[in-house]
Amino acid sequence: MELSVLLLKLTEGMWISTKIFLLTLLFSLPLGLFVAFGRMARNPFVMNLVKLYISIMRGTPLVLQLMVVYYGPYFIFKLSTPDRFLAVIIGFVLNYAAYFAEIYRGGIESIERGQYEAAQVLGYNKAQTFVKIIFPQVVKRILPAVTNEVITLVKDTSLAFVISVSEMFTLAKAIASAQRSVLPYVVAGIFYYVFNFLVALAMEWGENRLAYFR
Amino acid sequence: MKYLEVRNLRKSFGDLVVLKDISLKVEEGQVVAIIGPSGSGKSTLLRCATMLETMDSGELIYLGEHAVRTGQDGRAVLAPPQQLKRIQNYYGLVFQNFNLFPHYSVLKNVTDALITVQKKSRPEALSIGRGLLQKMALADKEDAYPYQLSGGQQQRVSIARALALNPKVLFFDEPTSALDPELIGEILEVIKDLAAERMTMVIVTHEITFARDVADHVIFIDGGVIVEEGPPEEVIGNPQNERTRAFLRRFEG
Ligand SMILES: Nc1ncnc2c1ncn2[C@@H]1O[C@H](COP(=O)(O)OP(=O)(O)OP(=O)(O)O)[C@@H](O)[C@H]1O
Ligand SMILES: [Mg+2]
Repeated sequence: MELSVLLLKLTEGMWISTKIFLLTLLFSLPLGLFVAFGRMARNPFVMNLVKLYISIMRGTPLVLQLMVVYYGPYFIFKLSTPDRFLAVIIGFVLNYAAYFAEIYRGGIESIERGQYEAAQVLGYNKAQTFVKIIFPQVVKRILPAVTNEVITLVKDTSLAFVISVSEMFTLAKAIASAQRSVLPYVVAGIFYYVFNFLVALAMEWGENRLAYFR
Repeated sequence: MKYLEVRNLRKSFGDLVVLKDISLKVEEGQVVAIIGPSGSGKSTLLRCATMLETMDSGELIYLGEHAVRTGQDGRAVLAPPQQLKRIQNYYGLVFQNFNLFPHYSVLKNVTDALITVQKKSRPEALSIGRGLLQKMALADKEDAYPYQLSGGQQQRVSIARALALNPKVLFFDEPTSALDPELIGEILEVIKDLAAERMTMVIVTHEITFARDVADHVIFIDGGVIVEEGPPEEVIGNPQNERTRAFLRRFEG
């Protein structure tokens, strides 16, 4: 197979991998913040429930979680199986929200009490304090940890193969075995590497944007 | 006019009784210095007065308005939120370690609450902020970030930030304790200038000489009670209580 033809065939996979990546971030970053609030809730029921959720998400393989989201509705509730792509997004979002939640929590808990107290005495309400004073500082502190997760996510998108979503890796594997060639794997490797290179660039840009304060 | 009144304040943390029965009054334009050994409850008193801590029982009154009163069960009861919000405007607090917002420029540190909390227009807030920075000799630093400033400069920003909201009473909790010795003087000068303008202030300090020079009224706290209080010439110059004497002896060169 010509390289150009191979690339053309893999383009579809690249696009799907990219979509998984972007949609996962789009939903899991905000969801993670709410999960973090739940984890820090004073209500012990909410707190423990969220703690359990996080420990399951972090304690079991993502591959297994994807299968549960995809096959679960049928085997557990006798419902029809969901759309494969949707199942992948739900699985990834639930998983990554748990990881992001712990990162947010670490960041939020690292902000000095004095910041809250200064804001309170100045008359900021709780929401203003969080949005204007606390969160920007949290973002700066957690950016390195978030970068790690995001880079892992790029590689994790390949796990969507378990429920046969034709992302980059699934396609590469199919073509490789049909053509008896390792070239598709080489292309896949380069794809993930370049993707992560761009991610690292973007995160570095973000860190530089936040370098104006300490 | 009485700007602040605290009546029978009690506060404990678990089993530890920190403030036993504190009552004090601060008149308009008065400067009150609070002195006492470490752990005697000075910070806790300021934190109760600024509602960073809720007192167990007692009354807290600003300009005749009750922020906290004692309910029928003897426990402290807070005023309704609307009223608390108004009362909160009556006081400001300067912290020992400044607690500036690190992600805001100097000018934004001083003006943001004016816009966010007091809903002033941006131009108005900026002109108030610039005026105060001028007064604190920081006019050339308005675009700097806190980490770029010396401790003394940071503390002056935090004083400007508190003053911007135009409080009736300004509290200081050891405003010079986190500073290098050579920077202490500039902060004490700022506070003296405010006193000369008849700003009402309550200052917790270990600077006894300063307390004597600037305060109209000195309160010596030990073990969660007011042991001795009065004009500085008496409490510092001629203390009657043995505990006050013992405490002050440590400051004599
Ligand atoms: N949040 C808290 N929880 C438990 N104990 C506390 C708390 N805050 C203060 N304390 C205790 O209350 C006592 C009084 O503390 P406080 O900070 O008011 O003393 P202080 O007079 O300001 O001392 P210093 O001069 O060292 O600042 C101390 O024994 C302190 O350990
Ligand atoms: Mg203290």
